[in-house]
Amino acid sequence: MSAAPPPDRDKVAEEAQLRTVWATPEGWRYWTSVNNTQVGLWYGSAAFAFMLFAGLLGLLIRAQLAVPENDLLSAETYNQVYTLHGTVMMFLFAVPIFEAVAIFLLPPMLGARELPFPRLGAFGFWSFLIGGVFVCGSIFFGAAPNSGWFMYPPLATSEQAGIGADIWLLGLSFIEVASLAAAVELIVGIMKCRAPGMRVNLMPLFAWYLLIVAGMILFAFPPLIAGDLLFEMQRMFDWPFFDPERGGDPLLWQHLFWIFGHPEVYIIFLPAIALLAMIVPTFAGRPIVGYSWIVLAAVGTGFLSFGLWVHHMFATGLPQISLAFFSAASGAVAIPTGVQIFVFIATMLAGRVIFSTPMLFAMGGLAIFVMGGLTGVMVALVPFDWQAHDSYFVVAHLHYVLIGGMLFPVFAGLYYYYPLINGKRMSDRVGRLAFWLMFTGFNIAFFPMHLTGLRGMPRRVYTYPADIGWDWLNLISTLGAAVLGIGMFAVVVDVTLNRRRQPRGEQNPWYAGTLEWISEPEENWGVRSIPRIESRYPLWDQENLAREVKSGAWYLADAREGRRETLVTSVLDAEPEQVLRVGGTSYVTIISAVTLGTVFVALTFKWWIVSLVAGLAFVAAVIWWLWTGTGEIPEKERKDIGRGVSLPLYASGVKSTGWWAMFITMTGDGTAFASLVFGYFFFWTIHQDFTGGVAGPGVYWPMAALSLFAAAWAATVGAREVNRRGGVGAARVLLVIGALASAAGCAAALAGPWTTGMDPTAHVYPAIVWVLVSWAAVHGAVGILMLLYCLARSLAGRLTRRHDMELHNVALYWHFVMVTALVTFGVVGLFPEAL
Amino acid sequence: MTREIFISGEHQRRDGDAEPAPRRSSGAVRVGVPLSAVPLIVSCNGIQSALDPAGEEARQVATLFWVMTVGGLAIWAGVIALALYASRWKRGAITTEAAGRLIVWGGVVFPVTVLTALLAYALWLMPSLRPFGDQTQAGLRVEIVGSQFWWRVVYHRPDGSSIVSANEVRLPLGRRVEFSLTSSDMIHSFWIPALGGKMDLIPGRTNRLSLQPTKSGTYRGQCAEFCGRSHALMAFPVVVMQPGDFESWLAARASASPGVVESRSAETLFLRHGCGDCHRVDGTQARGTSGPDLSHVGSRLTIGASLMTNDAETMARFIAHSQSLKPGSLMPTYLDMPSADLDAISAWLKGLQ
Repeated sequence: MSAAPPPDRDKVAEEAQLRTVWATPEGWRYWTSVNNTQVGLWYGSAAFAFMLFAGLLGLLIRAQLAVPENDLLSAETYNQVYTLHGTVMMFLFAVPIFEAVAIFLLPPMLGARELPFPRLGAFGFWSFLIGGVFVCGSIFFGAAPNSGWFMYPPLATSEQAGIGADIWLLGLSFIEVASLAAAVELIVGIMKCRAPGMRVNLMPLFAWYLLIVAGMILFAFPPLIAGDLLFEMQRMFDWPFFDPERGGDPLLWQHLFWIFGHPEVYIIFLPAIALLAMIVPTFAGRPIVGYSWIVLAAVGTGFLSFGLWVHHMFATGLPQISLAFFSAASGAVAIPTGVQIFVFIATMLAGRVIFSTPMLFAMGGLAIFVMGGLTGVMVALVPFDWQAHDSYFVVAHLHYVLIGGMLFPVFAGLYYYYPLINGKRMSDRVGRLAFWLMFTGFNIAFFPMHLTGLRGMPRRVYTYPADIGWDWLNLISTLGAAVLGIGMFAVVVDVTLNRRRQPRGEQNPWYAGTLEWISEPEENWGVRSIPRIESRYPLWDQENLAREVKSGAWYLADAREGRRETLVTSVLDAEPEQVLRVGGTSYVTIISAVTLGTVFVALTFKWWIVSLVAGLAFVAAVIWWLWTGTGEIPEKERKDIGRGVSLPLYASGVKSTGWWAMFITMTGDGTAFASLVFGYFFFWTIHQDFTGGVAGPGVYWPMAALSLFAAAWAATVGAREVNRRGGVGAARVLLVIGALASAAGCAAALAGPWTTGMDPTAHVYPAIVWVLVSWAAVHGAVGILMLLYCLARSLAGRLTRRHDMELHNVALYWHFVMVTALVTFGVVGLFPEAL
Repeated sequence: MTREIFISGEHQRRDGDAEPAPRRSSGAVRVGVPLSAVPLIVSCNGIQSALDPAGEEARQVATLFWVMTVGGLAIWAGVIALALYASRWKRGAITTEAAGRLIVWGGVVFPVTVLTALLAYALWLMPSLRPFGDQTQAGLRVEIVGSQFWWRVVYHRPDGSSIVSANEVRLPLGRRVEFSLTSSDMIHSFWIPALGGKMDLIPGRTNRLSLQPTKSGTYRGQCAEFCGRSHALMAFPVVVMQPGDFESWLAARASASPGVVESRSAETLFLRHGCGDCHRVDGTQARGTSGPDLSHVGSRLTIGASLMTNDAETMARFIAHSQSLKPGSLMPTYLDMPSADLDAISAWLKGLQ
């Protein structure tokens, strides 16, 4: 399929034009860049910096525990330090580092110029940075969260938790928004922006894993966001969700937290395995053995990970039968994990392995992780967990899992992918030294903790008595931690080493087979032209591919119209569908992140006015962003992308990336809503009379609200259909009717509990009813904004009969709102009647 | 700040011994093990060790642990050896088909087999470890209420009478004891590693735990769920006694301590300084319940929930400096209390045997 470029094309001019279009802004404007290369690098650097900060906190913990009855840190400081150590490692390093790597790597790996929503990616990064600095900075004011990264009420809802708890809840909610933004970006990117021909069964394993992980984020983070919402309502307004005196239950938080928290472990672990799945075949010099096995295993791990959460709650007194179920599920997750490990071993056995520095880190990680996996099987067994739970045995277990299953693979990935950043390689000598320091230091630090825990030392203690068998074990752990720290420092030195004198290396220094090694660090455009892919390892199997791509012989080799463009392909077979124009350099992303960040920070300090103003500014910024940056009607219908292929420049409905983004966002939104409904029924199950004698919202108003929401939904769908048939005026009328019906629906929703005088601070039943109807009302209000936006676009001529993607996306939104309304008003209005 | 923390190394007490005498705090702590055994990695002696079981559940779980550890280390060595062979030592390459078979056997068949066996073993263990509600077995019910950062301990005898104590648990050897666990504020977790696993104390819920001590001696239990600032300091001694000794010990706690009448002036001081608002002392006007019951506090092994050995001097120190000794507890600091009052109250309390 090789073909020389047509002679009439001026390749030099083409490249110059591409370079201009994809140029990175200069000076301070550099920070307004939204290109995946810069955003990925910033994201990764910030996550790495947060990791070093949390690592220092870890060293502080070890310093305090080096000897018994130490008074280096006070009890309060220690509690803040350990809480922040866990929180930062989980939320500011482990998850974001993979979003960073994915944003950086996926476009070249998939043969795309850019991910579909670069501005969304940049917005996510800025949100992450602001939230992260806010959360980390709190410790310098002695105001960091102090109730553990798990934030169990009633401790974390009490006065003792101080403002730290609000910082945790609001700061992290903000960061979770960023994570969800990244998940939307990655899912749509992987599904719709692959190079032509890259069918799902040819996708690089890294893409498969990230697709699974982004999907998991979509279902795992929303329960935590829902939990955060309930939690903050209790802290701010005394709604008693977790207060047993008023019908609440602290265990609800534990359920919501661990429904998030356990998948979180796999959200962290799977992308690390994904890195190994790229590294191992390269150094074994052959394709992975058992591609289908490893993909199935990863999917299986993802599914199972949602059925394990109760193993964090084996000591809470749940019925033994449910403990048995979750014990079995927890053990079962070892099976897909085992498959993935054996896929790597089998690949190495079937190839000829070059034992490079990345491989050293990979194998070290494997040795540590397998140990953590085996202790994981141990704690999955309920009787053993009753002893090990909340002891240092679990501290050892989780660090073996996360450092072996995540940190070492990340460092393997760092040494492996570093050449993609600037064409140079990190030092093998320093790398090997760092590896051995980290590996020995880690084991000296954490292996003894298994024993410390079984000898009875609980977690999260700031001091311990001498002579009950923990002294020397702790001292050894501290010495090991210091060695681990030195090893990490060596990596930091290696990363920041000045390599100006090192000559630029080969473009594909490891002779890898996957597409990302085509990308040139000097260029911002991802790939010079987008090739057709016929193999899982195109650089090994498709002769001359690199040369052809770089000479612009493939698709979309130009940017004639002066726009940033990438290809959109079909979900399964990756057949070209559209040329997508993506957003370029802009400061709207920073403004949006700053205003939204202000909302959360102001809420922490209960500055209601500031929060409200910032909230309005955020909405305005987003509308401006959407108005100027999306749904643009192109100057021509189709574009010739070379090789005789011509694609449309505009797509709406299921073919457009925006539709998918809305679908995915609303799936996450629906999951959060489902978590709230779960809360409602949770309270119902734990009480004889869960209403606590409080009158419900009645049937009339909920049913009125449901009818009005249905009317708004019907008007929206009607507007889309009428507009498509050319009835532009009628469509506008329907949009107005929809907005009015929705406004009335919101009012009716709130009128239910209002008219029956339900006091949300009196009992948990009115509180959960208020939360559900408010959730529906907020969605109705956002729906009004969307309908009015469509109306404005129509009036401004930016939404026409043919170019109607906004109407499709808003109708999709309203489908979800309709389901939300059905469930909400059915539950709050009819369910009490059925009792 | 220095602080002694109560230790007993003498947990391998001969049967027939009565309760251990409270030891004085000063000086080095004796460790009741031969010196030669101390530095070994597998030496599991320790009064708070799950690997040195003194109870039925702990014994079974320790066995489970050793079985899994040996098996786990073997599996680990096997996997790592294979990975090293594959990446470093082997010469030729195996075929893709053989590699595929390895995935099936190593990644699926082997773990399924091992996990099924292990799970069956653990599930079979579970009901027998914590048999609840068997009245013929559980003659004694002990109610534990967790509070920041201490334990209320109420012994409910089969005849319906109950005896209130705090920060120390005494159990009859060989008898199955049922605990009912609640909390007055935060979530705590009740854990005596030498006897068995832990169970949470959750506000609004009552959890149950069943333990059967099999060796007499003194052990240490501790709160295992992070419960606030001084979570680290919420421990308690556990004394397993001969059933006869236990019954007579309990009977002696059913009425006021003879020490109450030793010093009526100290009792008056105790009340005047407001101690009775939070603490109860049987036989006096002190009827508070928000703090530990002090009716027989002088006979306890430790004060401050296993913070210090129990004598008049540590008692005085705890009263005067409670907030620096135990940050965040509800007990106020009595720095301004005249030292004469402090000494009198401490001596009187110590006398409440």
